[in-house]
Amino acid sequence: MLRLALKMLFGDHAKYLMLISGITFATILMTQGAALFAGLMSWTSSTLRNVRSEIWVADAKVEQIGDTKPLRDVDVNRVRSVDGVAWAAPIFQGNLQARLFDGSSKLVTLIGIDSTTLAGAPVKMVEGALEDLRLPNTVIVDEFGVERLGEALGRPLRLGDVFEMNDREARVVGICEAVRSFTGGPYVYTTYERAVHYAPLQRKTLSFVLAAPREGLTPQEVSARIAAETGLRAFTEDEFMWSTIWWYVVNTGIPINVGVLVALGFIVGIAISGQTFYSFVIENTRNLGALRAMGTSTPRLCAMLVLQSLAVGIIGYGIGLGVVALLGHGALRIGKVPFLLLWQIPAGTLIAVLCISVFSALLGIVHIARLEPAIVFRS
Amino acid sequence: MKTHVSTAPLPPGLALQLAGIDKSFGAGDSLTKVLKQTHFDARLGELIMLVGPSGCGKTTLLSILAGTLHADAGDVNVLGSPLHALSEAARTRFRAQHLGFIFQQFNLIPTLSVAENVSVPLLIQGVRPAEAERRACEMLARVGLPEKTRERPGKLSGGQQQRVAIARALVHEPSLLVCDEPTSALDSENGQRVMQLLRDVARDPRRTVIVVTHDPRIYHHADRMAEMEDGKIFRVLHTPADIAAAHQLN
Repeated sequence: MLRLALKMLFGDHAKYLMLISGITFATILMTQGAALFAGLMSWTSSTLRNVRSEIWVADAKVEQIGDTKPLRDVDVNRVRSVDGVAWAAPIFQGNLQARLFDGSSKLVTLIGIDSTTLAGAPVKMVEGALEDLRLPNTVIVDEFGVERLGEALGRPLRLGDVFEMNDREARVVGICEAVRSFTGGPYVYTTYERAVHYAPLQRKTLSFVLAAPREGLTPQEVSARIAAETGLRAFTEDEFMWSTIWWYVVNTGIPINVGVLVALGFIVGIAISGQTFYSFVIENTRNLGALRAMGTSTPRLCAMLVLQSLAVGIIGYGIGLGVVALLGHGALRIGKVPFLLLWQIPAGTLIAVLCISVFSALLGIVHIARLEPAIVFRS
Repeated sequence: MKTHVSTAPLPPGLALQLAGIDKSFGAGDSLTKVLKQTHFDARLGELIMLVGPSGCGKTTLLSILAGTLHADAGDVNVLGSPLHALSEAARTRFRAQHLGFIFQQFNLIPTLSVAENVSVPLLIQGVRPAEAERRACEMLARVGLPEKTRERPGKLSGGQQQRVAIARALVHEPSLLVCDEPTSALDSENGQRVMQLLRDVARDPRRTVIVVTHDPRIYHHADRMAEMEDGKIFRVLHTPADIAAAHQLN
């Protein structure tokens, strides 16, 4: 009987396609919206993945990685003096204009790392050597920067190419991998001392202090000690990432906009699928009544409806997820659209789709439960 | 309040016996009494017709004896089972096992093939799909449609669809065949062909065919005829000759 239930569903091409379309559309809206949100949030904390450090020390008022309230240079030594700190190094982060070969300029995110230890250096070099950063007027550019800053040349940037920041020469000696930033500017790495020269003059220039715990101590323990002894704010890498993401959630309209998109997907799914499935059941009332008259039990009829509804849900979900994967693949290739498909997103969408399917089936079941088998004898 | 009297065993030769059946629809001012202390019986091996004007209660009586509708009062004894005393689930099982249905509008599922439609009663009983389909094809051959097993019902003529419905009603070899206006959607020729099939079924002494109709063209196929009016059976014609005489059949 369950096989026949599926045949009844698949045989009604118009309703079947409508149901599949509704679930597919809902899946696309919900998954794409959530992946967009996850992608945006991952961009907000990109510096944390491009500059790896177990402990980040910032001004006491800092809440997120993009919010730099400069520290005094002596704060590096204050952090170093805290018991349990293995090492501490200064880091500069700032958004600057890079002046290109044709006179145009592009926004870049400049990272200045400690020239001695190179702490905070790019995680993976694609071309060139990290140590070349110690040569005069040198920078390392990320792969996005290679494209972006090369637009003026009409070709991707190469090692040895030169551009300017704050009227000072920056010669490319390396290309690295980096996660895209929320501001859209490519990452440019140089030494801390040089970064301070590239940046407009400021009284204080130290953005953060990077630190590591001594062996046997956890980053949580040491960051708590740093905060207690220096009065600065110390985060572990994870804490800083979540603090950054949470700041964007609370202080921007992103979650509301994306939430509306996801909710819209759910509502569209409920409305289209629920209504279409209900009308499918209504149109099949006489057939279902005949099955009941012929001796099909109510639980069996309900199981048939649930199977039909779940089949539509799973197929629509699969198609929708496939479309999102293709869109995501395209988005990642272009590189300009935030997209991060965490496993929790398809899992959450699946639960939402199953809820839509169960709701649709319930509408039909309520109708079937009230159905008198004698209806088949009425003309 | 539903009231029922106790059920005595069926007298020999009877397939079913309904006694003192009351049935109303609606409530308060809109209450309509459709059946009023109605009595009805049918014998094994006969084709009995239930006739009367529209609204006289034929279909309601048919629904009650088929176990698809519960009477307000009275005894419904079908094939030895007191349907009035059975639960909904038990009546559903009873219908699956003992009853075959033929509906006015055929009620074939349009998205299933003819063979799949015919196999439905077997699938309800839990017969494996391959076996059910084999038996369905055999039954289709018996009603003269061996070449239509893979067709969709919509591709068949009205007469062919009703023959498919008859195959579906017979495939699980029920003892009682319940037919609601089986010829009303058919032309005269197809109507006669369908009735001849039902007539043949009723020759089996283990089976009973009950036909609700107001189509006088098929009255001559009946062994007996119960005539209804205003919620009651007012006359039973016990022989084909009585039927012919009463309805001036040639």
